[in-house]
Amino acid sequence: MTQFFNIQDIGAIGPELYLAMFGMILLVLDLVVENKRTLGLVALIGLAFSGLFLMRLRGVEFSAYGGGLVIDHFSAFFKLVFLVAAALSIGLSLKYLDIERENHGEYYALILFATMGMMFMAGAMDLVTLYIGLETMAIATYILVGFLRSNQRSNEASMKYFLLGAFSSAILLYGMSLLYGISGSTRFIQIAQALADRPAADPISMMAMITLSAGLFFKIAAVPFHQWTPDAYEGAPTSITAFMSVAVKAASFAMMIRIFMIAMYPLRPQWVSVMVAVSVLTMTVGNIAAITQSNVKRLLAYSSISHAGYILIGFIAGNETGLTAVPLYLLIYTFTNIGAWAVIVALRRRDVVGEHIDEMSGLYFKNPGAAILMLIFLLSLAGIPPTAGFIAKYYLFAAAIETGHNALAVIAVLNAAVSIYFYLRIVVAMFMREPTEKTGLVYSPGLIAALGVAFVFTILIGVYPDPFISMARQAVILGF
Amino acid sequence: MDFFRQHILTIVTFWPLVGMAVLFLFNKENKSLIKWWANAVAVIGFVISLPLWFWFDFANADQMQFVEDAPWIQTLGSHYHVGIDGISLLLVLLTTLLGPLAILSSWSAIEDRLKEFYAFMLMLQTGMLGVFVSLDFFLFYVFWEVMLVPMYFLIGVWGGSRKLYAAIKFFLYTLVGSVLMLLGLLALYFIYPTIAAQHPEIAAQFGSGSTFNILAFQAIGQYLPFNFQWWVFLAFFVGFAIKVPMFPFHTWLPDAHVEAPTAGSVILAGVLLKMGTYGFLRFSLPILPDGTKHFVPMMITLSIIGIVYGALVAMMQPDMKKLVAYSSVSHMGFVMLGMFALNPNGLNGSIIQQINHGISTGALFLIVGMIYERRHTREISQLGGLSNVMPIYAIVFLIMTMSSIGLPLLNGFIGEFAIVMGALQENLWWAVFAGSGIVLGAAYMLWLYQRTMFGKVENPANQKLLDLNFRELATIVPLIAMAFWIGLYPAPFFRALEKPVTKIVAKVRPDFFQATPRLQAEGDRR
Repeated sequence: MTQFFNIQDIGAIGPELYLAMFGMILLVLDLVVENKRTLGLVALIGLAFSGLFLMRLRGVEFSAYGGGLVIDHFSAFFKLVFLVAAALSIGLSLKYLDIERENHGEYYALILFATMGMMFMAGAMDLVTLYIGLETMAIATYILVGFLRSNQRSNEASMKYFLLGAFSSAILLYGMSLLYGISGSTRFIQIAQALADRPAADPISMMAMITLSAGLFFKIAAVPFHQWTPDAYEGAPTSITAFMSVAVKAASFAMMIRIFMIAMYPLRPQWVSVMVAVSVLTMTVGNIAAITQSNVKRLLAYSSISHAGYILIGFIAGNETGLTAVPLYLLIYTFTNIGAWAVIVALRRRDVVGEHIDEMSGLYFKNPGAAILMLIFLLSLAGIPPTAGFIAKYYLFAAAIETGHNALAVIAVLNAAVSIYFYLRIVVAMFMREPTEKTGLVYSPGLIAALGVAFVFTILIGVYPDPFISMARQAVILGF
Repeated sequence: MDFFRQHILTIVTFWPLVGMAVLFLFNKENKSLIKWWANAVAVIGFVISLPLWFWFDFANADQMQFVEDAPWIQTLGSHYHVGIDGISLLLVLLTTLLGPLAILSSWSAIEDRLKEFYAFMLMLQTGMLGVFVSLDFFLFYVFWEVMLVPMYFLIGVWGGSRKLYAAIKFFLYTLVGSVLMLLGLLALYFIYPTIAAQHPEIAAQFGSGSTFNILAFQAIGQYLPFNFQWWVFLAFFVGFAIKVPMFPFHTWLPDAHVEAPTAGSVILAGVLLKMGTYGFLRFSLPILPDGTKHFVPMMITLSIIGIVYGALVAMMQPDMKKLVAYSSVSHMGFVMLGMFALNPNGLNGSIIQQINHGISTGALFLIVGMIYERRHTREISQLGGLSNVMPIYAIVFLIMTMSSIGLPLLNGFIGEFAIVMGALQENLWWAVFAGSGIVLGAAYMLWLYQRTMFGKVENPANQKLLDLNFRELATIVPLIAMAFWIGLYPAPFFRALEKPVTKIVAKVRPDFFQATPRLQAEGDRR
């Protein structure tokens, strides 16, 4: 047995340590700094430092802490996604929190802590490490969702999210404890060996698989465990909704890949059949529910549910194309979705909530730039070329066809086609309706920067996806 | 010049997009500048496409020419690969011809949000040209989908009273079809390396790895298992049949046409529908020969239903534009019937008829647009006796009516004749139904002409209508000239089509030329 801790292992968690350090610095600075936007900039600097350290670890592969944590292309890819998502979300928050009159330093510290938790989730090869990372992320997010203290919806959302999150964590733990009981270890590799040694339809393995899957499905908001999502997304500060819909989701998927493709790989035939049903339900229910929404935040919440359904196809296919598709989709989704949320953040002004679809009426006439960007993000979400969203969807559909899941592929593409209906509802409001008094935007430099980055990557990945595909492919080939 | 010659397809395809980018620099209040610029871009787009006709090597019309090939997405094996054969040559030229006419026709019809309108028209032009020149299936798909967005906006912003409904219906129908087509394309993509591994000559020519090369797919067509072809044919069928549109999928068309602005209708009927038939010609037939043969009865039945049903419904329309829209359904039924006769006559006729339909129906939509601009109604009952007040208009309308119903000396006759001949070669009944479609077509068009043009001017609103002005004539005269050219001397067009068509027939029915030596000889003589 390898030694549990070497002094070199500190280097393995460098990016995480930077985030923790800057998080604490922020908490202290909060006491002395009056202008809270400065704190946002400090948080961005923290993310940059973390990113620099991540770059230094690029290309190396080793496991630390006696195999509890690994540094590989997979974790590096996801950590990069988390950092990008966190940075863009902070960009959205600077002005927005002023408008909501809730600009406090803890906000930025909590984002950094959540990001740190995600990084541990992406690198964990051990149930305990994974779980602690998950809870670090989750608890920080619960608080962020309820950050608008005087807003009833935000409080309610936080409470719901917390209760259901705790509930799902408990189910997850239940599954984990069963796995520990089966294998006598918390390491993924040992668990996989123990599961492989047991008979195929072993009831205890099944029990572990089902509880663990249920917990994970909660986290990624797959149907039938999705009900918390629209409420939490709607009530949360919009900048946090953006953060949750991309970073928290990406982290949950990273965790899922590790668990399903390593620890529970021997049970693959069993969990694939569960996942096919969940995938079909998730995309269909998400899309159908989105059609009837008139609140844009809820609409995008349901759309994000359906996107989780598409991503599950990657797991079902389970081959190289399918596994490449998952990180690729999440990367593309990060840029596109943050872009879309950024426009909604911009709609929020002192006296206007800016969430109802009517409040986007005629946006094009007042802010053509924002409307065109929103159009591009929506087309990307719907998967229309030449935007990045097409490449993402293409990869998933390709994986399904390659592995012979033809019926699933048909259902998925029909869902993708239906989804254009509700995305176009927003387009209709923006371009084909007269502007109302309420329409209008508040820009800030941070927001413009976030929009710009999201736009550039949404188009760039759509037109020239090669480097990004290679990155995602490398992340999954070498990670296993 | 060399550079131009080597990259002519790229330049022709992307020129409108460049023009669109420049358009964005203009002040939106400067309306005449925007109009002049958009028209200039479109006309230049046509002029630079003309060398294609002169430089095209008709002796090798079945070979891809003006080919450009560069890797695009290497991880997928997708290339920027363009080139044209005789079939795409005609469709590309049709597109570059109709583009400027449609844009010119909007000069006074579009007053609102000019800049966006012309931007979308130009973007649409690039999308359509891209579809016809792509030799890489991935690239093809990108262009195919890109085009939906500008068309959606053209209908949704500048359309009639039910524009939002029509626009979303158009988008949804087409998108459902195209995503299913995408699945068929993926299936081909993944089966290619397997087939190439078994047939070294294919691997030697197109490589053994995954590819989107359309020519490579055509090469493996004959080796694809029947079961596979059956499924992929259905996937492609949904995608293309919705676009054509064939009978049960046609319902988006009348809505889209009636609501779209005139320029949108012209492009929609003239070019967009051809993308569906082009898809069948380029993909379904050569890549899936067994699937194609298996589905001939279904395709023919749907085509015939389309011909007769479209014509009958057209007859009963009170709205001129809707009438022309339903006549499109009927005409496109002819095109499909000719194609699925699967012999040289039928296919030749089918392609010529696609061009004809672009010309005649495009012109008819322009004609309807002209009267709509003057009267703001398209109700047939509101019109009548117009030949008294608008004699030039009446003449133009008459020529296009005759072209549409297939009067000899005009273009429609050539296409319909070849299609009926092709149908007759296969089955008497097919020809009978096709013939009945021609009769019905004559009936609804002539009846339309009679009700709108002849008689006394009874509606006072019609008494002071102005006749066509120079600009309007300029939009329609090129189409009249084309109608006469194809009607009187179609040989150059057949010359462009003969070899590609022979190649397709040889692929789908390898026994065709052996079994009927007489026809072979006939083909050689022409």
